[in-house]
Amino acid sequence: MLLNLESATVRFGGRAVLDGVGLGVAEHEIVCVLGPSGSGKSTLLRAVAGLQPLDSGRILLDGRDQAGVPAHKRGVGLMFQDHQLFPQRDVGGNVAFGLRMHGAARDEQSRRVRELLDLVGLPGAAGRAVAALSGGEQQRVALARALAPSPRLLMLDEPLGQLDRSLRERLVVELRELFGRLGTTVLAVTHDQGEAFALADRVVVMRDGRIAQSGTPLEVWQRPADAFVARFLGFENVVGATVADGVAVTPWGKVPVPDGAPRGTRTLLVRPAGVRLVPADEGLRCTVAARTFRGTHVAVRLRPEDAPLLEAACALRSAPEVGDEVGVEFDEAEIAVLG
Amino acid sequence: MAVPVAFFAVFFAYPVAAIVARGLRTDGAWQPGRIADVLAQPDVRQVLWFTTWQALASTALTLLVALPGAYVFARYDFPGKQVLRAVVTVPFVLPTVVVGSAFLALVGRGGLLDDLGGVRLDTTVWAILLAHVFFNYAVVVRTVGGLWSQLDPRQEEAARMLGASRFGAWRTVTLPALAPAVAAATLMVFLFTFTSFGVVQILGGPAFSTLEVEIYRQTSEIFDLSTAAVLTMIQFVAVGSILALHAWTVRRRETALRLVDASVTARRPRGAGQWAFLGAVVATVAVLIVLPLAVLVQRSFGGAGLGYYRALTEDEGGVFLVPPIEAVGNSLQYAVAATAIAVVIGGLAAVALTRRDAGRLVRGFDALLMLPLGVSAVTVGFGFLIALDEPPLDLRASWILVPLAQALVGVPFVVRTMLPVLRAVDGRLREAAAVLGASPWRAWREVDLPMVRRALLIAAGFAFAVSLGEFGATVFIARPENPTLPVAVARLLGRPGDLNYGQAMALSTILMIVCAVALLVLERLRTDRTGEF
Repeated sequence: MLLNLESATVRFGGRAVLDGVGLGVAEHEIVCVLGPSGSGKSTLLRAVAGLQPLDSGRILLDGRDQAGVPAHKRGVGLMFQDHQLFPQRDVGGNVAFGLRMHGAARDEQSRRVRELLDLVGLPGAAGRAVAALSGGEQQRVALARALAPSPRLLMLDEPLGQLDRSLRERLVVELRELFGRLGTTVLAVTHDQGEAFALADRVVVMRDGRIAQSGTPLEVWQRPADAFVARFLGFENVVGATVADGVAVTPWGKVPVPDGAPRGTRTLLVRPAGVRLVPADEGLRCTVAARTFRGTHVAVRLRPEDAPLLEAACALRSAPEVGDEVGVEFDEAEIAVLG
Repeated sequence: MAVPVAFFAVFFAYPVAAIVARGLRTDGAWQPGRIADVLAQPDVRQVLWFTTWQALASTALTLLVALPGAYVFARYDFPGKQVLRAVVTVPFVLPTVVVGSAFLALVGRGGLLDDLGGVRLDTTVWAILLAHVFFNYAVVVRTVGGLWSQLDPRQEEAARMLGASRFGAWRTVTLPALAPAVAAATLMVFLFTFTSFGVVQILGGPAFSTLEVEIYRQTSEIFDLSTAAVLTMIQFVAVGSILALHAWTVRRRETALRLVDASVTARRPRGAGQWAFLGAVVATVAVLIVLPLAVLVQRSFGGAGLGYYRALTEDEGGVFLVPPIEAVGNSLQYAVAATAIAVVIGGLAAVALTRRDAGRLVRGFDALLMLPLGVSAVTVGFGFLIALDEPPLDLRASWILVPLAQALVGVPFVVRTMLPVLRAVDGRLREAAAVLGASPWRAWREVDLPMVRRALLIAAGFAFAVSLGEFGATVFIARPENPTLPVAVARLLGRPGDLNYGQAMALSTILMIVCAVALLVLERLRTDRTGEF
């Protein structure tokens, strides 16, 4: 492992912002930490960078304990949330900064700056003032600046946070492609699940300073570890259930579950696609409370009698109107029994 | 941190302690009753009363004249605005003696008004009040107008859309936002006029005397050092209270206001009424600020061409032991030394104050640093006089005494200029540099220094202008054979005869030009206009 955190803990005034976090990042791996704001993601990066001392636990880089090693000697890169470009230097001056700090020769500096600006898609921008850059361009310059000294680990704090949606979607693909090509080891944090899933080899979900789940994007998406992770990923049909042979007893009635699901008192996730609408006199009887057009489908909120709301995904043509009475059946392929 | 603390301990706290001891200790015993004794003297009460009411009157008059100016600078965009702004600011860095001379030339004996209509105001309090307005116009325009220009006009528009009248919107939205700035400016002006020395010394004549002038008179004419010390303590307490009040209002001003770039809030005046309003403000500035200075220059040539200037270079052996023109060299030399001291001390203090781990003690030091600004130059000068002229610290014979006193007065300006800039440097920029491999010292040099370099220059300019014009402290400690410009002017004015008068005008003109040039250079360097000075 290139990076290893061993029960890393940081407290701010008694409150643990990082609470015994253990995490490893292998060489050439892209790990994305996903969590709501205040879950400790940024503190995690700052601790690895050496900007935030640990209260207990260890951080190892290449197996070496980093306790007492100041930020400028750790050899890791950090791209800040709002970029933090140096306002009094031009683009070239920003990108060359790290090279200068490491004592690179002048012609070496300008060669690398040219190379990196080409790489991030801003050829010839070295002379421009940073204040004149758009948000997307600033982001590219920040990336070039962080990559310039060839850090053994590159950390990104909400790398695309402030950009508009279409730009974000394009850049995240570019980033993954670029890191793959360079073989960069990356530890990124974000609150945007789409960004995390698109960027990462492995996703780590954080909650209140602890790691709630770790796995490939597919694993996390298919089998959220618990109700928190499921809700954070945007799933709303999450309830307590008693699971027995192939069937779970829930407030919505009996629901089929996949074979081999763990038994006992569990949390049950029903993905919207697993809520099938049938005529009102069949299945669970519900009233349509709201419908939201989502582009590819219509999200329908259903209110059963004496049970939590259900969200269903319907095809555009067959979606019911608000106020309609419908019946609901469940599709076991879209149901997961959590933790 | 240790250096500024030591500096203030030796050159401020120690002299102040010496003043207290001189005032309250006689024959080796403490006599706190002295305070009551001095306060019971009718002429001391007279001085206290005059000091207070003239300060109140000056402050009210300044607000009345300057608030319309603040509005015009904040909300109107018109040709020549930059020039007018510079003109308005010039008085603030002008030495008090220059202002005194200028108003003497305007309203005094043989002044412009005397020539034209036989009107003389120098025996009335009006000369003092007008000079105080002249001085403090810029304080109000800068403090209030600076904030006003950054208030988002859309806030008022929002109130209008909710049904408020034009005046109603101003009263309910703009005025409350502005009130703390007005309060801060009011207290500043009150402080400056309460501790007014040079102006009153020159324009007040024997009839009018503020606390500061009285302290000086007791020291240099009556040689009653213990009464002077008691008066200084009274002044000290009064000023301390005003400063505490000021710090409190400034803290309140920092509450969240929606500020926008000043350049988007100003617009051209519309309609005859607004142009007339603008015209009235420009006319006020012309009469109040430009006219006195113009008359000063005119009087310095007064009939004799360059005669008065030429006389400055001659050693007439009377007033001075040296030709008056040598005062220019002295002043420049002292000012350079004082600037260097003030920038080093003030800079170190400002850096210490911005460190994030700065504790209560350090923040308290912030307020302490402001004391010499308000505690009046005369206190500093008097303190130096009685504390540093005998062992263990005898600097009487050293030329460094004058720059030290001037630096003490200049340090608050340096700190006030540097602090906002240093505080504005985003700590994460430093972290960004660290992650890219810069050591803490290197990060400071690469990130902070380029940003504060400009502020450092401005601070140095202010310190230079302040020490060049410094009068209250210097007059106590400058040696007779090494007068500074302001001291020389005051001495010349104190002598009868046209030649002395003309020479004073000529020296004042020289001093004014040096200060105005220093200021104009500063104005070019300064980009934000939100600072307090």
